[in-house]
Amino acid sequence: MQLIAFYILSTVVVLSALFVISSRNPVHSVLWLILSFFTAAGLLVLIGAEFLAMLLVVVYVGAVAVLFLFVVMMLDVDFKQMRKGFADYFVVGGMIGLALLAELAIIATAANTDQVRNFDPSPGADTNAEALSNVLYTDYLLLFQMAGIVLLVAMIGAIVLTLRHRPDVKRQNVGDQIARRRENAVEVLDVNPGQGASIRKENEK
Amino acid sequence: MEVTLGHYLGLSAILFTIGVFGIFVNRKNIIVILMAIELILLSVNINLVAFSVFNGTITGQVFAMLVLTVAAAEAAVGLAILVVYFRNRGEIAVDDVNMMRG
Repeated sequence: MQLIAFYILSTVVVLSALFVISSRNPVHSVLWLILSFFTAAGLLVLIGAEFLAMLLVVVYVGAVAVLFLFVVMMLDVDFKQMRKGFADYFVVGGMIGLALLAELAIIATAANTDQVRNFDPSPGADTNAEALSNVLYTDYLLLFQMAGIVLLVAMIGAIVLTLRHRPDVKRQNVGDQIARRRENAVEVLDVNPGQGASIRKENEK
Repeated sequence: MEVTLGHYLGLSAILFTIGVFGIFVNRKNIIVILMAIELILLSVNINLVAFSVFNGTITGQVFAMLVLTVAAAEAAVGLAILVVYFRNRGEIAVDDVNMMRG
């Protein structure tokens, strides 16, 4: 039963990954990517790594894929002419891909994975999340903090890269507002009867 | 017959190959190149988690979390660079990016 589920899920993952790289419309590519991540999360649940699976759904499907979707829909690009080089690179890309797959297959068959029999998704704890958090906040605390710094740097970098001040947009300038004094904002005039303030000012000049 | 480590390694190898192949065939479309990189990182994550679970050690899953973090950061910065490039050039064909050639 588990094996059947594995084969179904892995078939979906591989097919959707193939559609990601071969579909004509990048929006469809992003949707296939979401399906691929979602099914990969199912594969991780199958071997008991529930926390990583949920993290995959939250981070990839909830954040990264939506980010891709935003950018794809925001950029007004002619996607037709971007497909031009597909046939040119298909042969060389396919050859390199086949070579890579052959190498990985050689390694996979040469490696003796039969001796790996210690199946345990949550060693030393009841649940997977508990086992992960036991080490994440003790042994790997420094790595955890550094991951946070990486995310902070990426966030600041993305903001700095895409921020721009357009000159035609009126913005609130708090410094100017606070520095505004009575002397340069209000002028007290002695207006004569029958004359407006602006007329009198012109006469003074 | 049960699911073994070999099954997951095989799936991960196929997914990795698809990602590399996607980088090669979509030379003009940088959005799909970024998606192919995400596929490669997904295959790496599957590999790490599979080894971690089938060995009974938790370290691989911690490492997979860190890979996930770096993947998210990379996607954010990559897409920001893409948006800036599109703003400057009005197109995102990457095979003629030679503005910085000295």
